[in-house]
Amino acid sequence: MDLMEFLASHRAELLQMTGQHLFLVGLSTGVAVLVGIPLGIFLVRSPHWQPPVLGAVNVIQTVPSLALFGLLIPLPLIGGIGAGTALIALVLYALLPIVSNTVAGLTGVDPAVREAAVAMGMTQSQLLWRVELPLALGVILTGVRVATVIGVGVATIAAAIGAGGLGMFIFRGLAMLDSRLILAGAIPAALMALIIDFGLGLIARRFGAPGGQARRTAA
Amino acid sequence: MSGAAIAVEFRGVRFRHASGREVLSGVSFSLPAGESLALIGRSGSGKTTILKLINRLQDPSAGEVRVEGQPTTAWDPIRLRRRIGYVIQEVGLFPHLTVARNVGLIPTLEGWDLDRVQGRVRELLDLVGLPADRFLNRFPHELSGGQRQRVGVARAVAADPPVLLMDEPFGALDPITRAELQQEFRDLQSRLQKTLVLVTHDIPEACLLGTRIGWIQEGRLVECLPPREFLRSNHPEVQAVLRALAVKDRG
Repeated sequence: MDLMEFLASHRAELLQMTGQHLFLVGLSTGVAVLVGIPLGIFLVRSPHWQPPVLGAVNVIQTVPSLALFGLLIPLPLIGGIGAGTALIALVLYALLPIVSNTVAGLTGVDPAVREAAVAMGMTQSQLLWRVELPLALGVILTGVRVATVIGVGVATIAAAIGAGGLGMFIFRGLAMLDSRLILAGAIPAALMALIIDFGLGLIARRFGAPGGQARRTAA
Repeated sequence: MSGAAIAVEFRGVRFRHASGREVLSGVSFSLPAGESLALIGRSGSGKTTILKLINRLQDPSAGEVRVEGQPTTAWDPIRLRRRIGYVIQEVGLFPHLTVARNVGLIPTLEGWDLDRVQGRVRELLDLVGLPADRFLNRFPHELSGGQRQRVGVARAVAADPPVLLMDEPFGALDPITRAELQQEFRDLQSRLQKTLVLVTHDIPEACLLGTRIGWIQEGRLVECLPPREFLRSNHPEVQAVLRALAVKDRG
């Protein structure tokens, strides 16, 4: 039985795991956007907080994902086995590119433009919404794109703590030494990452992000 | 001009930079409404700081800056800045907004209705010599340096502020465009009668646009005279500069 036949016979399961995978990545990236962008704005307004906060999200990023899942399991309330713990880990991973790109995008706004905006009598919130965020949007979206692509990869490992997703196939394949199972998880995950990378890249460039590959600032 | 209200007044203004360097050490002058003061001096002499004290991008360390009779520290900074147009060398046009939205921004923030903003934008583009139909929907990066600076001027006077500040507005332009814009701006200024404070490196520009010329040296306003008298000033530093420029012209 070759791979295509295998995929066809496991279509329902494949769809379900793809759905779980998208849910894990979508929800965690969404939360990371809701936390990370305001956090980045705060860090630009209060630059003395930048070293500790960016340092902390950087350190989180350096913890191997399997270890991070393991470290979270024994924690009360947020820990345990299952999707909840996995989501927390995925959010933590997604924060770095989003926060650091928000900071980079906002700090990258031409000082002459900012000064002109302040001098014409814009309030802080008008400056933020009408000038700074629109000009930083391309770089911020690039951060979201990087975070999402990382999330697709890390979420495959979340299967190790029972969160479901395409990693289920991969871990099962590893345990059973069945390369068809490994590929049945790995290929859809890779396709998902490529499609998301391409789609978000198009959107980011539409809003003035630098072209080419997803870029990571301050990694 | 003795009857005109004082639009901008400096009383013993000192300004110390956060680094501790004293940028202004006691500047006093008063500028009646409708007059234009051209500030010249070497780089770092404190000219730009004087502008930033007027629209309260900076507060004085000592002394008082008054705009329309009221100390700037007593003004709500947002209200104050909406009454003061500001044109800088780098222009500072918003790169993500069209010409129309750049020029119409302050009227929009002031809550004008859309029709009135659009009418005003057309009128202003006409005023600065850019045909509205061709320029309304262009973005700043599609314009030449001279066109950008015209848009900058239109934006600064959009909500009809009584005071206009300009920081080397034509400094980055090629000599021909600069001469054109200086001349056009002079005509514009004679119609609009704004109170103008202009910072420049260029003595001919100062003489063309200023009803008074102020020489700033090491944080002090050492000479402040109408152009004709300024050119005959017997202040040693002013004389030295005028001589140096005249020699250069002949060479």
